[in-house]
Amino acid sequence: MAELSKNDEPQVATPNVSDVEIVDAHSDEEAVRAIEAPVERGEPILQVRGLKKHFPLTQGILFKKQIGAVKAVDGISFDLYQGETLGIVGESGCGKSTVAKLLMNLERATAGEIFYKGQDITKLSGRALKAVRRNIQMVFQDPYTSLNPRMTVGDIIGEPFDIHSEVAPKGDRRRRVQELLDVVGLNPEYINRYPHQFSGGQRQRIGIARGLALNPEIIICDEPVSALDVSVQAQVINLMERLQNEFNLSYLFIAHDLSIVRHISDRVGVMYLGAMAEIGTDEQIYDHPTHPYTQALLSAVPVPDPEAREHRDRIILTGDVPSPANPPSGCRFRTRCWKAQDKCAQEIPLLAVPERFKGEDTPAAHESACHFAEERDVVHAA
Amino acid sequence: MTIIEDTSPAPAGADSFSGPLLDVRDLHVEFRTRDGVVRAVNGVNYDVSAGETLAVLGESGSGKSVTAQAIMGILDMPPAVIPQGEIRFRGQDMLKMSADERRRIRGSRIAMIFQDALSSLNPVLSVGYQLGEMFRVHKGMSKKEAKAKSIELMDRVKIPAAAARVNDYPHQFSGGMRQRIMIAMALALEPDLIIADEPTTALDVTVQAQVMDLLAELQREYNMGLILITHDLGVVADVADKIAVMYAGRIVEQAPVHELYKRPAHPYTRGLLDSIPRLDQKGQELYAIKGLPPNLLRIPTGCAFNPRCPKAQDICTQQVPDLLSVTERDGGELPGRSSACHFWKETLHG
Ligand SMILES: Nc1ncnc2c1ncn2[C@@H]1O[C@H](COP(=O)(O)OP(=O)(O)O)[C@@H](O)[C@H]1O
Ligand SMILES: Nc1ncnc2c1ncn2[C@@H]1O[C@H](COP(=O)(O)OP(=O)(O)O)[C@@H](O)[C@H]1O
Ligand code: SF4
Ligand SMILES: [Mg+2]
Ligand SMILES: [Mg+2]
Repeated sequence: MAELSKNDEPQVATPNVSDVEIVDAHSDEEAVRAIEAPVERGEPILQVRGLKKHFPLTQGILFKKQIGAVKAVDGISFDLYQGETLGIVGESGCGKSTVAKLLMNLERATAGEIFYKGQDITKLSGRALKAVRRNIQMVFQDPYTSLNPRMTVGDIIGEPFDIHSEVAPKGDRRRRVQELLDVVGLNPEYINRYPHQFSGGQRQRIGIARGLALNPEIIICDEPVSALDVSVQAQVINLMERLQNEFNLSYLFIAHDLSIVRHISDRVGVMYLGAMAEIGTDEQIYDHPTHPYTQALLSAVPVPDPEAREHRDRIILTGDVPSPANPPSGCRFRTRCWKAQDKCAQEIPLLAVPERFKGEDTPAAHESACHFAEERDVVHAA
Repeated sequence: MTIIEDTSPAPAGADSFSGPLLDVRDLHVEFRTRDGVVRAVNGVNYDVSAGETLAVLGESGSGKSVTAQAIMGILDMPPAVIPQGEIRFRGQDMLKMSADERRRIRGSRIAMIFQDALSSLNPVLSVGYQLGEMFRVHKGMSKKEAKAKSIELMDRVKIPAAAARVNDYPHQFSGGMRQRIMIAMALALEPDLIIADEPTTALDVTVQAQVMDLLAELQREYNMGLILITHDLGVVADVADKIAVMYAGRIVEQAPVHELYKRPAHPYTRGLLDSIPRLDQKGQELYAIKGLPPNLLRIPTGCAFNPRCPKAQDICTQQVPDLLSVTERDGGELPGRSSACHFWKETLHG
């Protein structure tokens, strides 16, 4: 995995992400060629910079007047490396799904860039955009509502071929769909069945097969196992890990279950109220968290081990998450933070390796957006 | 929440009773549907005493909620039928009581908290009104007294600025605060037993932790019995004294909380524990229980878990294993432990 470049002067909002090698395509062909080019394992494939999505809050019915904005995503930056799984965690409403939709081009960004192999996909059009769409696919949370109940499984999985017919020529589709069913562990003979004839776990497999149809490079998974029972969750997680190896996929894996995210992720980003609070390898985030929010979140996870639990550090946060229409000044977390000082209300803490850990060879030296970042183990028994 | 007209206290002689508060024996519930008989509950046995927390753990469809609904008397009958079983409250079988007596117990001695607070509260009435209703209807208090009581209760469940918020409507509260209001409502008549059905499933972990702490604290303070229904092995580990694991409408294992996690005596419990990843270390490939939970219209013969069980032998397809006490290898007693598996020895001592 590529080392994150460590910039010493954190004046920009996001100093600790790798440089973007911008591809300056002068024609559609050039752009498409860049998009079709392979990326080596461990190199950045997706680079998100200062991404924002503000949903306008309006008043009035006939003459809508904007009275504010829900700052669902408010300036986040991260890289996704080829072949890795980047987990994104955070409580509901913190903007995870909005990030997913922005990456999928299902929402227009208010500001910021999303570089895919060096090209800003928020500005692409034509064949280049089509090529990007093929390469970035999504698996949704709810296997009950994300599949059209009136379409057969074969039509659902094969639907992406309507737009991208080059991937599977008409005569070849049925065979290709059956292959996909087999790949995700479903009987290829089920091709003519309807979604209601399947269990939740099986439907999620159908969603995954559909996501794989166009041989994508990146799959954005938004809570893919949250709606499933424990015993079925494990089956689907194992399947996703196998597919990642088999097809050399990069995953952005969004979930609120912190144990599952640790299991599947190489790196993890913790979001709070539209911003990234902390990001690092799974070991850095779970075993050496430095942001108070990450610590509180981890400490609240109920673990299925009563003995370990009794000897773990517990942090009970007070109050609720503030409204994203009106986030607190300075550090967004300060209204719930037990360490907050005046500085926290005045200065926005940047997502950077904290000064005190800079240059040190410690797992605590990873990016954390806190003025008073310090290590605290809340996951292991004391 | 249904309000039942009643101002009288617990049944006579209740205080002298020394057994478990609630004792469910061999309870069966079926739904007669167009597709056939859905056998949702197939001989459930569990009990809970004052001051004790029983967690009922199981995947969706295992019959946890239907059992609770049978206890609360809120099953729609038909289509539901209770062909067999006893639900004893302080020793008296509620299924055999007169409707009046039953209503008295269920109205004020047992309270229930549901997962979805928003749909259990009336959206067009203020939370203060809904809380106050408990006191006006059940205790005959005046409006003013009831309001004061409501504020007191909201304070009790740690809703900030209770006096200022008593006239707010449910949608003006966050999910965590609404669940606190549900808890307040359940507490209003100081019940002996609270049944909480997935009370924190819809909440985020930080809020979930707050709500569970509150529930546990109140339970201790009022010395209530608590039945906590959940599918989350983590939540259970935190607060339960003992656990009953359900599968296909039966209890397949019962144990004190520490024991269950350390040494499960049923292959299903073991499979569940092995299939959840750890927070404190990166693991290998997850163990996955094969197959799917059974269709309750066609529960497998013998042990319902047999098609998915790594330990299954011929006997498992032929004979239903009873829920029996389990013991140490040397025959030593394991109080409070039982398993419904033909091969519990191999599983427990394996
Ligand atoms: N289309 C929309 N219009 C207005 N607000 C929205 C819209 N979509 C999401 N939001 C708001 O943006 C915030 C982030 O939502 P979301 O990305 O869904 O969070 P998460 O997936 O982390 O739960 C929430 O406050 C949500 O209410
Ligand atoms: N009114 C009903 N009619 C038919 N089947 C029902 C009805 N209510 C519940 N069931 C079935 O009973 C089984 C057990 O349900 P439930 O107790 O809600 O499970 P859980 O363990 O998830 O709480 C399920 O298979 C459910 O479909
Ligand atoms: S910056 Fe301040 S308020 Fe924010 S997490 Fe750190 S200590 Fe808490
Ligand atoms: Mg979401
Ligand atoms: Mg239920």
